[in-house]
Amino acid sequence: MLLPVNGEKEKEETIMDLRFTPEETAFRNEVRAFFQDNLDPAIRQKLIDGEHMDKADLVAWSRVLNAHGWAVPHWPVEYGGTGWDPMRQYIFLEELQKFPAPQPLAFGVNMVGPVIYTFGNEAQKAKYLPAIANLDTWWCQGFSEPGAGSDLASLKTKAVREGDHYIVNGQKTWTTLAQYADWIFCLVRTSTEGKRQEGISFLLIDMTTPGIEVRPIVTIDGGREINEVFFTDVKVPVENLVGEENKGWDYAKFLLGNERTNIARIGMSKQRIARIRELAALEFSGGRPLIEDERFRERLAAIEIDLKALELTQLRVVAADAKRGNTGKPDPASSILKIKGSEIQQAISHLLVEVMGPFALPFQDQDDDGGNEPSDGPDYAASAAPTYFNFRKVSIYGGSNEIQKNIIAKAVLGF
Amino acid sequence: MDFDLSDEQSLLKEQLDRLLADKYGFESRKTYMASPEGFGVEMWNRYAEMGLMALPFGEEHGGIGGGPVDTMIVMEALGGALALEPYFTTVVLGGGFLRLGGSAAQQAALVPGVAEGSTRLAFAHTERNSRFDLEHVETTATKDGAAWRLSGAKNVVLHGDSADHVFVTARTAGGPRDDNGIGVFLVDARAKGVTRRGYRTQDGQRAAEMSFDNVAVGPEGVFGDPMDGLPLVRHVVDQAIAALSAEAVGVMAAMHALTVDYLKMRKQFGVPIGQFQVLQHKAVDMYVATEQARSITLYATMMADSDDADERARAMHAAKAEVGRGGRLAGENAIQLHGGVGMTMEYAVGHYFKRLTMIDTLFGNGDFHLRKLAAKGGLFGTAA
Repeated sequence: MLLPVNGEKEKEETIMDLRFTPEETAFRNEVRAFFQDNLDPAIRQKLIDGEHMDKADLVAWSRVLNAHGWAVPHWPVEYGGTGWDPMRQYIFLEELQKFPAPQPLAFGVNMVGPVIYTFGNEAQKAKYLPAIANLDTWWCQGFSEPGAGSDLASLKTKAVREGDHYIVNGQKTWTTLAQYADWIFCLVRTSTEGKRQEGISFLLIDMTTPGIEVRPIVTIDGGREINEVFFTDVKVPVENLVGEENKGWDYAKFLLGNERTNIARIGMSKQRIARIRELAALEFSGGRPLIEDERFRERLAAIEIDLKALELTQLRVVAADAKRGNTGKPDPASSILKIKGSEIQQAISHLLVEVMGPFALPFQDQDDDGGNEPSDGPDYAASAAPTYFNFRKVSIYGGSNEIQKNIIAKAVLGF
Repeated sequence: MDFDLSDEQSLLKEQLDRLLADKYGFESRKTYMASPEGFGVEMWNRYAEMGLMALPFGEEHGGIGGGPVDTMIVMEALGGALALEPYFTTVVLGGGFLRLGGSAAQQAALVPGVAEGSTRLAFAHTERNSRFDLEHVETTATKDGAAWRLSGAKNVVLHGDSADHVFVTARTAGGPRDDNGIGVFLVDARAKGVTRRGYRTQDGQRAAEMSFDNVAVGPEGVFGDPMDGLPLVRHVVDQAIAALSAEAVGVMAAMHALTVDYLKMRKQFGVPIGQFQVLQHKAVDMYVATEQARSITLYATMMADSDDADERARAMHAAKAEVGRGGRLAGENAIQLHGGVGMTMEYAVGHYFKRLTMIDTLFGNGDFHLRKLAAKGGLFGTAA
C-alpha cells in the first residue's frame, strides 16, 4: 500500500500504523517474483484479456503452486497450509490477483477443503485433501436448486439411507464448471422432521456415479460456465457423508462464511483499473486519448476512491482476524466486502465496455461452437461486453447483496 | 499493520467521550449555541484542562507531541457530539500554521496561549471569487519597511468573530490566481484596520465576514516564505481535511446510531418500522457509507504527516470526495428514515445532517476533490 510516512520508524509499542512492515514488503516481493518466474505468460495474458481459462491451464498452475507449497496457504499446516498470518494471506491473494495469476479453484481450496479438514473424518481428510491441493480432483458445488436460491434451506434434493448407501434424487443448478468436475459436494435433505435447517446433510458425490446428468446453461455473455446437475437414483456410499447426518446446514454456513472473506477481490479490481488506464490511452475520443477526457477520468477516479476505502475496510477486517486468531467465523462487517467489492467489480466492468466504444459490439464466441465472423476492431475489445454481462453474477452469487444487507441488518444493527 | 490505539489514545478517547456524553446533550448544546460566543465557553475550558489544545504541539512549547491519529480521535468525538467550540479552527487550522510554518520564536510566542486555551485562532482565506481555490487570492500584502500592509476582504471565516488572531492569505506578487506570490500573515483580530461581522452558520456554528484596510503586520506575523506560502497553506489544509473527515465520521456514526434506535422504537402498522426490510436496507446503506468513510479517513490520517505533497494531496482528495458522497447518502437517508420528525428543529437528527452538509462545503466539496484527483491521474496509476 502507498503509505510512505516519514522514513522508517521503530515499532516499539502498540500504535496505529497502517504501513506494511519491512518483512511484509519483502514477502510481497517474494510472491511477485515467484509469479514472474513460474506462471506461463500465455496464461497470464488470457487473464489480462479477460479470456476463459481452460481446465488444463488451471490444473497446470495449481500444480506449480502446490509444488512450491502455496496451493492452499490458508489451510492448517498439517494439511498443507503455509502458516502465514492473515496479513500474509491477504498479501498473497492481492498479489495473485494483481499479477494477474489464476486463482486456485475455490470450490476445492476455499469451500469443500476447509469443510473436510474441519468436520470430516481422518479417512476423508487423507483421501480428499491432497487431491484438492494438487487439483487432481476438480470439485463443484451442489447447493442451489431451482426452488432454493437465497432461501437455501428450502432445498429438496433427497438422500434416503438404504443399507450402506444413500440414494440421491433431485436437481442442483447454477453449478459452476460442473462440466470439468470429478466430484460434487452437495447439500441434501435427509430429514423432513423439525426445522428445515435441521434435516440437511453434507454429502460428497463422485460425478462418474451412474444417474448423474450435467446439462449446460448458457449465460447472457454466451459463456458455458454454469450447469444443471440432475440426480436419478444415484448411489452414494455412506462414508461420503461429512460430519453428522442432519448437521449439514452448520457446515454450509461455515463454508459460506469462508467464501465471504475472499470476495472483495481488491487485487483483481486494481489490476482491471490499471488495464482500463492502459486501454483508455489507446482509444480515441474527440481527437484525443479517452484517458484525457475529464468526465471519463472522474468516473474512473470515483471507482478508485471507493476501492481505496474498501481496501482499508478489508485490512481492518484482516487485522481484526489476526487479533482474534482466525476463528473461521467472519466478522459480519465482512458483508460490506461482498457488497462494495461486487459493486466495484461491476462498475469497472461497465467502464471497460465504455472504453471500447463501438468495438464493444461485435460478438466473439469464445467457446467456438457456432462460430462468428471477427471484427477488425482491437482484440482486447472482444471480452469487454461479455465480462460486463458475466459480472452481473458477482452481486448474486455467494449470498446476493440483498442477503448480505439482511445479514448486516440482523448481526450488526440488531434488527 | 495495526489499527489499534495506544493505551494513551484509548484513554483520551474514553475521557473525551465521557465528557461529551455528560455535557453535550441536545438541550445543553442549544444553551451553548445561544450564548454570546455561540459555543460552550465552559466546554472550551474543559477541553483545555484535558490537554486537547496542547495535543499536536511539540513538548518544548508546552504541547503534548501528539500526531494525526490523536487529532482524528478528538475530531471524531467532537463530531459525534456536534460540538460547537472552535477546536478545528484554533488547533487544527491555526495550530497547523504554527506547527508547519512557525519559526521557533513564533511558536514560543503563540503555542503556550493556544495550548492553555487562552488564545483562539482562525484562518481567513475564502474570497468572493475564490470558491475552493486556495491559490485564488486577491487580498494584497505590500511591503512597508520591515512590515507588511494588508488590504482586502475575506468571507465566511470560520469562528472569525471569536478569534484573537487570524491567519490571512494575501497576495505579495503576481496575478490573483498565481501559485506564487502568496503570503501567510497572522493578524491580531483587534488591530487597527480590521473589521469583522460575525454570524451563525447553517450548522449552528459561527463565521465572520472580515475586511482589512491597510492593516500593519510586523515580521513576527509572517509565517513561512511570504513570496511562496501556498505549499504551507496546502499542507495545513490537507491536515485539516483529514481532521474534518474524522469529524464527519463521528457525525455519521452518531446519526446512524440515532436512526437505528428510532427504527426500533417507532411503530406503524402495529410493528416497529425497523421490521420492514426496505428500511433495514437503507439503514445498512448508511452503515456501509459510514464504515467506508471511516476507512478512507484512516488512510487520510496516515497520510496527513507525509512530506510527499502529491501523495498527501491525492489521499485528501480521495477522503473528501468519499466523505462528501457517503455523508450525503447517510444524511439524506437519516432524515428519510425518521420521516416527519426528521424535519423538525427540535430533534437531533436534522442537526447531524446539516453539519455533514456543511462539512462537504468546507475546503472543497466532493465534486471539487474528485475533479482534482482525476486531473492528477487518480489514486493507483497504471502500476496499481
